[in-house]
Amino acid sequence: MPARIGVVTFPGTLDDQQALRAAAAVGAEPVKLWHRDKDLHQVDAVVLPGGFSYGDYLRAGAIARFSPVMDTIIDAARGGLPVLGICNGFQVLCEAHLLEGAMIRNGDLHFINRDVTLRIENTRTAWTSDYEPGAEAVIPIKNVDGRFVADERTLDALEAEGRVLARYVSDDNQHGVGNNQHSVGNPNGSLRDIAGICNAAGNVVGLMPHPEYAIDDLTGPYPGPGTDGLPFFTSILKSLVSA
Amino acid sequence: MARVLVDVMLKPEILDPQGQAVQRALPRMGFDTVLNVRQGKRFELELDDADPATLEATAAAMAEKLLANTVIEDFKVTVLSAGADDPETAGAA
Repeated sequence: MPARIGVVTFPGTLDDQQALRAAAAVGAEPVKLWHRDKDLHQVDAVVLPGGFSYGDYLRAGAIARFSPVMDTIIDAARGGLPVLGICNGFQVLCEAHLLEGAMIRNGDLHFINRDVTLRIENTRTAWTSDYEPGAEAVIPIKNVDGRFVADERTLDALEAEGRVLARYVSDDNQHGVGNNQHSVGNPNGSLRDIAGICNAAGNVVGLMPHPEYAIDDLTGPYPGPGTDGLPFFTSILKSLVSA
Repeated sequence: MARVLVDVMLKPEILDPQGQAVQRALPRMGFDTVLNVRQGKRFELELDDADPATLEATAAAMAEKLLANTVIEDFKVTVLSAGADDPETAGAA
């Protein structure tokens, strides 16, 4: 039986179909989860997809965090269930205090929609084991509340514990991606260029950019590589199969 | 019925890009004395409770749980009127 990857749909979620498609693309069984249903339907991992849950009213992710399905997911995540929060899903995980920090408005106040270059720094999590340490990946970002902030002590702890999962590759660094047409640099002012973090156990991962939009050459970043997001999904599949 | 205000502001050490945008816009309109702008949220709550002590505690609990994200925001609870008939008058007081 293939591993079951659940994808939650909140009112205002946009990217649930893409996350389901990414799960199917790696051979997992995609399972739709509904925000009002506390039952996780025997899934082996959960993706909280991007979008604007509950219209992002109050704060991005603030109301979704109290939805019935999140009660179950928060308990299960504390028990080790792999959870990947993408964009709005990352915001939900922060609001749920499964991950540290918070997301505020982008530095330039613009909605940013473009491909960015990431460096994957922690490849020991269930969601990143298929990347080479330090690998660079071109993955789209699309949000307005994408600026990761936390106090200095929290940032220091994240770095010391190796829990910075991915960073935006900065302009002044050499980077080896394709023909250099992708934007580099920190797009939104996130502190210490942080694009993603994980919890201490490594099962809960939050990522601002969207790996589910970089899983095939037809629809992925142009002119490529178009599949740099795929390892998030092959990683989880392998970790579930070997579990 | 009682009226309670909850003011939520980003903590001083958290950069406020929206406040900065407003701060940059005001001098262009001739308001050249502007030194700093911080933008926040204000919640006006009407509660079915006349006891000022529990009102304040209830509103603080709401702020702690939902209205503010205490990772990045501070909040202040102000009980405007406990049991006043006219909330507008009380609000102006």
